[in-house]
Amino acid sequence: MTATAEPEVGRARRRKEDARLITGATRWTDNIQLAGMLHMAVLRSPVAHARITSVDVTAAVRMPGVLDVLTGSDLADEQGSLPCAWPITEDMLAPPAPSIAVDEVNFAGEAVALVIARTAYEAHDALAAIDVDYEDLPVVLDMAAAIEDGADLVHPDLGTNKSATWVFDSAEAGTGTDVDRAVASGEVVVERTFRQQRLIPAFMEPRSVVVDPTSDSATMWSSTQVPHVLRWMLSAVLGIPEHKLRVIAPDVGGGFGGKLQVTPEEVLTLLVARRLGKPVKWTESRTESMLCAHHGRDQVQRITLAARADGTVTGLKVDLLADMGAYLRLVSPGVPILGAFMFNAIYKFPAYRFTCTNVFTNKTPTDAYRGAGRPEATFAIERIMDELAAELGVDPLKLRQRNWIRHEDFPFTTVSGLTYDSGNYEAATARAVELFGYDALRAEQDERRANGDPVQLGIGISTYTEMCGLAPSRVLGALRYAAGGWEHAAIRMLPTGKVELVTGTSPHGQGHETAWSQIVADRLGVPFEDVEVLHGDTQVSHRGMDSYGSRSLAVGGTAVVLAADKVLAKARTVAAHLMECSADDVEFTSGTFSVRGTSTTMALGDVVVAAHVAHDLPDGVEPGLDAEATFDPTDFSYPHGTHLCATEVDTQTGRVRIRSYVCVDDVGKVVNPLIVEGQVHGGVAQGIAQALYEEAVHDEGGTLTTATLADYLVPSAVDLPWFTTDRTETPAESNPLGVKGVGEAGTIASTPAVVNAIVDAVRHMGVTDVEMPCTPMRVWKALQGRTAVTPATGGVHGSIDARGGAG
Amino acid sequence: MIPAAFDYVAPSTVDEAVRALVEGGEDAKVLAGGQSLLPVLRMRLAAPTLVVDLSGLTELTGVHDDGDSLLIGAMTTHYEVQRDHLIREHAELLCLATKTVADPQIRHRGTLGGALAHADPAGDLPAPALALDAVMVCRGPGGTREVPAAEFFVGHFTTALAPGELLTHVRVPKLTGWGAHYEKFNRVSQAWSIVAVAAALKVSDGVVAEARVGLTNMGPTPVRARGVEEALVGEPATAEAITTAATRAAEGTEPGTDGNADAEYRAHLARVLTERAVTAAVNA
Repeated sequence: MTATAEPEVGRARRRKEDARLITGATRWTDNIQLAGMLHMAVLRSPVAHARITSVDVTAAVRMPGVLDVLTGSDLADEQGSLPCAWPITEDMLAPPAPSIAVDEVNFAGEAVALVIARTAYEAHDALAAIDVDYEDLPVVLDMAAAIEDGADLVHPDLGTNKSATWVFDSAEAGTGTDVDRAVASGEVVVERTFRQQRLIPAFMEPRSVVVDPTSDSATMWSSTQVPHVLRWMLSAVLGIPEHKLRVIAPDVGGGFGGKLQVTPEEVLTLLVARRLGKPVKWTESRTESMLCAHHGRDQVQRITLAARADGTVTGLKVDLLADMGAYLRLVSPGVPILGAFMFNAIYKFPAYRFTCTNVFTNKTPTDAYRGAGRPEATFAIERIMDELAAELGVDPLKLRQRNWIRHEDFPFTTVSGLTYDSGNYEAATARAVELFGYDALRAEQDERRANGDPVQLGIGISTYTEMCGLAPSRVLGALRYAAGGWEHAAIRMLPTGKVELVTGTSPHGQGHETAWSQIVADRLGVPFEDVEVLHGDTQVSHRGMDSYGSRSLAVGGTAVVLAADKVLAKARTVAAHLMECSADDVEFTSGTFSVRGTSTTMALGDVVVAAHVAHDLPDGVEPGLDAEATFDPTDFSYPHGTHLCATEVDTQTGRVRIRSYVCVDDVGKVVNPLIVEGQVHGGVAQGIAQALYEEAVHDEGGTLTTATLADYLVPSAVDLPWFTTDRTETPAESNPLGVKGVGEAGTIASTPAVVNAIVDAVRHMGVTDVEMPCTPMRVWKALQGRTAVTPATGGVHGSIDARGGAG
Repeated sequence: MIPAAFDYVAPSTVDEAVRALVEGGEDAKVLAGGQSLLPVLRMRLAAPTLVVDLSGLTELTGVHDDGDSLLIGAMTTHYEVQRDHLIREHAELLCLATKTVADPQIRHRGTLGGALAHADPAGDLPAPALALDAVMVCRGPGGTREVPAAEFFVGHFTTALAPGELLTHVRVPKLTGWGAHYEKFNRVSQAWSIVAVAAALKVSDGVVAEARVGLTNMGPTPVRARGVEEALVGEPATAEAITTAATRAAEGTEPGTDGNADAEYRAHLARVLTERAVTAAVNA
């Protein structure tokens, strides 16, 4: 790189990993073939709650190619309990969480038996030959009913369906005033109940696990977001010495939080491979994935907002029920708690109380899903701010302006106790309003109302912030989370001047290889192409906390910067020695050291070679320039933005069309604008999907009726509008890159923007809410003055049918 | 997503295919384009012992001008149907409906005959076939017979095809110069219809001379909206007349309930979409 080269950071580079990811010419877990490898298939419970009275495998073991059939009883002594790393309260109730059911099944889809065969075909053929007898137990599905006295219990041994209740009160915490008094004296009080439907992460690559056991150790490949966490937890759960276990996340095709987990199937594949002494592979089908991989969201939110007549909010009360499903998975209990700090959002509310009760039901466990707690919180507050605006008869944008934190107020400590370092809500909003053509759309809305147009126009506003860069370890400790929030990076300076960067983050689609290479290229003055990013293998990257919670760049990227600075610090010492000057006189620009005030220079590559061969190093300096660093942030980062959505609602059919979508996000400094743009597009798409399309539906027996992509509607590009995106840039104060994180922003912001726009379109026709997803039928029924409940029969009439046939 | 084991034959003539189907008995399945059968096999919702693959039967592809009607080979793909100039000229409704089927990949694989023989109540081609008075040409061990669409669709995923019988061609009477429109209502682009309306109209001197209206997914089989047709014929092709006629769209239907819609909403949609489809056909 020459001194005049364009800086890498800020450059819209195409991603260096894309060619192999898009063509599939890479190592996805299911592509791995090992000599003598066996295949595992899982028999899953068709019922949501039952006692297993017998499992007969005699016919299945005689099927062609079958080596073994195992039941819960066979593995009961060694399977341990799946870990929950986030006991949110001291008295939280957590039932044992087996990987394979032994006596009882607690959700439809729970593993009941395993077939191990020479081919995947033979393994699946034999599943049908296993005979299981179930004795039905009462099925618990509805959260409100589940916590009533005398309710049927998911886990009778616990004596209740409540796992924990977590409370934050600003008066008690000393961060604000008393909310009950605020509500009692509120000149206007708005109360609403919102439902966060259950969602399925629906990552593109279904999960897959391969385990290769050797005499006393094992290597696991898994399509996971969290290889480091997985290795730690597997050894803790199964008693396998951690140093005898290597976990590799090869290229991973998406996760959205859905692969932030220690899964039953990872435990079972490992146990079976060790038991048989042979490599074993398990790969799920799409339907298996939708049934059994953890779900997301699923809250009932009761929100009370008190305000003065001028629109100044005086208090916010939040009462949540959060559905855990049948068991607590890795961070299930903590997901709604992440939202606790975000209900007050960008606003200067003086009083706040948050109460969340985590509830067990006979459904698939829930856990992190893109945004994890923060989309739920943002939805609720942004929806009810619109309701308050309607109540007061003011423009919802003006109501937000009245209550938000002004840019000159930063740093600002909120009513939930977080200190926001920076932000400029005015700037982002002004830009969004301008791009959107807010006033013209309002005028068109008035016109359509006046004309009684069958297609009504609505405008939805969503302002948001989120806590990103998870997380300061001491804060996680205070929240009783079991792990830390730091991140690690190591830089290996190879003798030819090429660079290997080892990161503890675990990309599964985010583009870390490109972004990290850009950071290193700038810092060390080496070409972008000369940097190789290594990740996801616990033998290569031995320290890390993996990727989730928009943490990778803010925390992991900072570790990269710190490691690079250590390389440079040592290189400076070596260069000074070789150029025979004081280290203080050495300058470093674009990959070259020079002696201040002279023409003497030395390229970094030459210093690398000198340090490597070690022929002439200063006394006491070890050979090599490799360095590593661990960064533990002192605070979160707080991206923010304003999203504006215009919807056209066909009042005759209830169909919603998004007419335009504008978002202006402030994610701080940007390393690669193209990657940021992609994250925003994908995030907004996923948030719109919650607003309009996606819902996991169970019938009254607890069976998931939306277990195919024909029934669970994931929108594609043709179903989505053009996104007009822009950014403002207020650097984060919490890390040297000034970055905030962008992985979840779009998902967090977009859902309320869309629903607010729908309600705004038809509010004059008497509609004050539409439950998500806002299907045409729900919107139409709301217009008829009725609420529509999704029929529990689920499925799409005549979609996938048992009769089959030629098409 | 791994199907159960099955035997597979790929005959090269229709006679061979019929023989294979007869020998395969009840557990034999026909594979045309595979766009419905393969997902069902992979999900193990069906486990036929024999799959008879028709992809080698080139005699069943293509569109032929047969005087008053078009004769379309059952293995003609959706892509070919939507691009065929004879179909566009003489049976435009079929062309328009076919364009709405799923996505381009599926339209390149899926076939007209396969979609009709599958008889999915939410499929987009049975209702246009019914509205166009198409005739199904079927070949079985006893020879060839022609079955009108009105008798072909007998129930949910069920047709009049006898065991061992194959749908070989679709005969579509020419409706040259008619206006046509297929109004499809679904939630995402590649999804099945929640309700759809197929309309073809002949308008002479501003008066509706003939009207055909078929409904998708308003019961276990496609249905003709006879009440709407009766109300339209002889009336001026005005917005008012169309609105009045459309109110009869749900008469005699048996719409089901599923995750997208209940019966009441489907009936409502049928009326709204009929008004839109007929209006568009008149203006086409």
